[in-house]
Amino acid sequence: MTTPSRLPDPYGQGSGANLADILERVLDKGVVIAGDIRINLLDIELLTIKLRLVVASVDKAKEMGIDWWESDPALSSRARRDELARENAELRERLARLEELELGPRRAQEERP
Amino acid sequence: MTGLRYVYAVCRPFGTPLQAQLTGVGGDPPRLVPHHDLVAVVSHVPEADFAEGPLRAHLEDLDWLTAVARAHQGVIDALTTVTTPLPLRLGTVFRDDSGVRSMIEAREESFLRTLDRLEGRVEWGVKVYLEAERAPEAAAAPAPKPASGRDYLRQRRMRTKSQDDLWQRAETFATRLHETLCESAEDSRLHAPQNPTLSGASGRNVLNAAYLVPRAESEEFVERVDRTKDGVPGIRVELTGPWAAYSFAGEETGEKEGQ
Repeated sequence: MTTPSRLPDPYGQGSGANLADILERVLDKGVVIAGDIRINLLDIELLTIKLRLVVASVDKAKEMGIDWWESDPALSSRARRDELARENAELRERLARLEELELGPRRAQEERP
Repeated sequence: MTGLRYVYAVCRPFGTPLQAQLTGVGGDPPRLVPHHDLVAVVSHVPEADFAEGPLRAHLEDLDWLTAVARAHQGVIDALTTVTTPLPLRLGTVFRDDSGVRSMIEAREESFLRTLDRLEGRVEWGVKVYLEAERAPEAAAAPAPKPASGRDYLRQRRMRTKSQDDLWQRAETFATRLHETLCESAEDSRLHAPQNPTLSGASGRNVLNAAYLVPRAESEEFVERVDRTKDGVPGIRVELTGPWAAYSFAGEETGEKEGQ
């Protein structure tokens, strides 16, 4: 058999690839085209409820802070994002307080005729 | 005989014939429907199974879905050995060949553009699993029976801590692996972790990524993945492929058409 270019032997391909690997690709990836027969895969109860388009236990994973697929490509966990948000809020607060300290006396001076 | 047309993929015309014994969805051999500089790969499928009503009903049946998904992937896989196919999503069905041709006609430019972009490239899948239950620290030494309430709490705290450490290590490992592999890939996609009941894989899936790699550089990519495989205890790396560029075929046409 001829192949266009040498490729390493397949890994876990064909019948060896797990069902999730195959379903994830054929159902969730690839080019979406509305054919003459119109089926929206999202209307299929099995796919959305039982398989959840192959993605399961998302809630559980999120609980554990594994949610990088939502923030591609940063690979950052929610915990880290929350940490940043918290730090950001804290810094803003400090900045506001500093500004108040700066402006406070000046304003007081301005008010003094 | 009438019948509907199940479309697997669109590609440029290719010289090498597909394996003679290859069968597709419903046991029908894949056939070629050429149009201009493109060719659609289709099977003739019965209306009794693939008209809207029956198809919708069949898709609720995991066994049926599995068989069709494997047949679909089998044809795409065969195409990948002879050309660079643009895989369509499972269940793309037209009434007849002329419907298939009109579809190609309408999207010709975008197909050609995407095919140019993917020409000579394949997709490799890399997954990282955290084998929590088999982690050496957790499994090796069964904890002694707690002597007191305080002991119990301390043991529980240590277990939680070692679990947290493991997560931390897995995330660091996955992040680093992803960065390393991105250097040897043209493009990458991070997918959501897989459902363990479907994959049958043990451990928790913490990284599920796809990498677009030129065929010629695939060997090097595979070696790179292999080198990371026995790096960290409790963490397992799995490689699948070469796949057609499923994860990289969609977005361009998808966004434009809005359906």
